[in-house]
Amino acid sequence: MLQGFFILLACQLLGESVSRGLHVPIPGPVLGILLLLLLLAVRAWQTGTDPAQRDTPLGTAADGLLRNLGLLFVPAGVGIVQSFHLVLANSVAVVVALIGSSVITLVVTVFVFRVVSRALPGREA
Amino acid sequence: MTPPANLFHLWVYLAASPLLWLTVTIGVYLMAQRSSAMSGNHPLVNPVLISIVTIVLLLLVTRTDYRVYFAGAQFVHFTLGPATVALAVPLYRNRALVRSAALPIVAALLVGAPTAMLSAVWIASALGAPMTLRLALIPKSVTAGIAMGIARQIGGDPTLTAVFVIATGIIGAIIVTPLMNLLGIRDYAARGFAAGLSAHGIGTARAFQVDDVAGAFAGLAMALNGLMTALVAPLILALIHM
Repeated sequence: MLQGFFILLACQLLGESVSRGLHVPIPGPVLGILLLLLLLAVRAWQTGTDPAQRDTPLGTAADGLLRNLGLLFVPAGVGIVQSFHLVLANSVAVVVALIGSSVITLVVTVFVFRVVSRALPGREA
Repeated sequence: MTPPANLFHLWVYLAASPLLWLTVTIGVYLMAQRSSAMSGNHPLVNPVLISIVTIVLLLLVTRTDYRVYFAGAQFVHFTLGPATVALAVPLYRNRALVRSAALPIVAALLVGAPTAMLSAVWIASALGAPMTLRLALIPKSVTAGIAMGIARQIGGDPTLTAVFVIATGIIGAIIVTPLMNLLGIRDYAARGFAAGLSAHGIGTARAFQVDDVAGAFAGLAMALNGLMTALVAPLILALIHM
């Protein structure tokens, strides 16, 4: 668990360093994901086992964090108290933009995914 | 000391210590999660939404400043970074599945990511929202840790962006199941991907409640959209300034 958490932090740290140090326009955590994927692929190739299994330190740490992903958004969400007036003054625009955009994005994304996957030979009808 | 004075001193100590609000944040979330489970994971009983509303009310009632609250809650907030990196794990586990759907994934990402940004900005400007709000809306579909970074890059307000990000996540988590059922879509890979792209981590948490494959594809969409939005947001910015 501790070792798993260390791996996650180290990947994030490296990602942030590359992102900021080399002015790469990709956010640190995204580089961290890519780095960890690379690490997992190398490890699997080296040892011939699956390094991301549930009982490995990394698997345990990642599952623990992802199972409680919702909690991690709460402190930032409570930040609404700071911009309450600005949001309230434009509440109609904000609410319509957020709900409208969510519906449009969900429908467009699922539609493109289905159309392309149906056009492929061999995938389910 | 009289008992009320004692209590007052205790409150002064607790109110200034990070311990109180860290414990409250986790405790409230656990209760919210329990009510969500009791409702059979009904989309409207969203644990993130319940937690935020409860804590905001607590802060208002106790007249606690957000900065004081955040001094405690930052320990939870900080874990967003490693949790984002942890998305690599379900991605790696589902690599065969991901490879088999590579083309639909790329197509849905290329169309979905700009749709998420442009639709929000256009609706907001059509309704007369000021530039501050429009800028903060651009990365609203991306997970908080990444979105706040993007907001900083394009000159938006990161804390306002965080609020929109979380609102978008909650909205997506609430509407995705009824919307997809209405559209008659039973492909859980496609449903999950849309949920993760539009509603990032909160949509992903919802997708995991519904189906494991949906959860894996939601996590994938969330990671890819973080990357895509970071790359495309400057172009969108140029577009809305025209």
